[in-house]
Amino acid sequence: MDNNSLPSNNLVSIRNLSFSRGEKIIFNDISLDLARGKITAIMGPSGTGKTTLLKLIGGQLRPDQGTISVDNQNVHSLRRADLYTLRKRIGMLFQSGALLTDLTVFDNVALPLREHTQLPEALIRTLVLMKLQAVGLRGAKEMMPNELSGGMGRRIALARAIALDPMMIMYDEPFTGQDPISMGVLAHLIKSLNNTLGLTSIIVSHDVHETSLIADYMYLIADGKIIDQGTPTEMHQSSSAWTTQFLTGAADGPVHFHYPAKNYLDDLLSSGKRY
Amino acid sequence: MINSLQHLGAYTRNSFSKVGRGTGFLLQTLSYLFSVVARPRLLMAQLYSVGVLSFLIITISGLFVGMVLALQGYYTLSAFGAEASLGVMVAASLVRELGPVVSALLFAGRAGSALTAEIGLMKATEQLSGMEMMAIDPFKRIIAPRFLAGCISMPLLAALFSAIGTLGGYMVGSGLLGLDDGAYWSQMQAKIDFQDDIINGVIKSIVFGFVITWIALFEGYDSVPTSEGVSRSTTRTVVNSAFSILGLDFILTALMFGDH
Repeated sequence: MDNNSLPSNNLVSIRNLSFSRGEKIIFNDISLDLARGKITAIMGPSGTGKTTLLKLIGGQLRPDQGTISVDNQNVHSLRRADLYTLRKRIGMLFQSGALLTDLTVFDNVALPLREHTQLPEALIRTLVLMKLQAVGLRGAKEMMPNELSGGMGRRIALARAIALDPMMIMYDEPFTGQDPISMGVLAHLIKSLNNTLGLTSIIVSHDVHETSLIADYMYLIADGKIIDQGTPTEMHQSSSAWTTQFLTGAADGPVHFHYPAKNYLDDLLSSGKRY
Repeated sequence: MINSLQHLGAYTRNSFSKVGRGTGFLLQTLSYLFSVVARPRLLMAQLYSVGVLSFLIITISGLFVGMVLALQGYYTLSAFGAEASLGVMVAASLVRELGPVVSALLFAGRAGSALTAEIGLMKATEQLSGMEMMAIDPFKRIIAPRFLAGCISMPLLAALFSAIGTLGGYMVGSGLLGLDDGAYWSQMQAKIDFQDDIINGVIKSIVFGFVITWIALFEGYDSVPTSEGVSRSTTRTVVNSAFSILGLDFILTALMFGDH
């Protein structure tokens, strides 16, 4: 599928991307597009480099080959100042939340506003309270990050990510380690923020159920390749053994349960090292 | 054989690459120093945590070092009937040597290790990465204010150490050993040279402050983002700072006092 003819429909397009860490090939010549205004999910087993993909899009890592363009700008040919200007328009939600531990919740959300705008403090206060209200945690504004539960921390980080009204938000494993309630709350938030603020969202996740409820389009990545793609409905009807295994969570299939190892019997009979 | 050669090669290459990264890190930090001056609040917070919080360890250590110097010096000097020069001996030892060196060692242990652990944990918890993605340069907001705070605090702490040490020496000399107050202070005033002794000591402490803060921040920034990695970096900060302080002290002393 070649979407080059319609560049304006895609906020992010990745062409022939290859990336490796040392000997390990993370991506091998992949191309994908993220449509403007939609929620696109990138799924795959742990360790397939989903987070790496977000760092490549954000320009924190450099690809070995291929191009990534965000809003028609090639991320890796931008000068540092231009890259920073672009990043102001991209929010990112880290898996850990990445809140600054020496600042209160309020100051964390205010940080991008204070750093990047000259707004008066009264206006910053109003904006921060609005963002906190949007994630339902205005009451927690005086708390320190270490007093927050994991789910609350991620919602605060989400409030900070939308502080500058970005055009796009990248979510790195937003559902990992969340209880069912906060998982549902987060999924609802991601969907409603995307629709009400007119954002474009990228969700990197391996949480099939929650992600397929809110995603408009899904890519399935494994072994450095795009294995399958489509809308959630198409994916669930996919004939690919790969997709079926991933979506149903079967223990064996194209992805083996066992990490490559030498012969089991030989291993049991050989004398191991003592520590 | 081949294996050990390989190890040696890898070690050498890693060492050189680390020196390179460290230099690049320093240059990038220095390029942001002016922007720190424009945001005094960030600097104040760091002066507090790097400097003010080191106050106690520096004053108490300074007091005891001065007191011990007076005791030890008294017994040596009295063998020559030169007890009256105790003030000069204590003050010269402190401002030339012990003040800058001991306070630098304490500073590396107290503030340097804290800086490395803080930056290392910020890296491990993706705070640095998160700032970059928010288009906030960590060098500008995190590294440069800490660097400047370290460079400012160290000479002040060393001066404090020497001053308190001199007082400690006086307490022992005058109170415990019954020396004449006037002799203690007037000989010191007559013999301690502002340029030769005090300024040279201050230069030493400025150099030490620069090097310790550089090592501490770089080790944190360059640490492997795991618990073990941060712990190793913190250890390396203290060990490498101690080596650098003592090595540089020899070089600086040779340059400053070598031709006397």
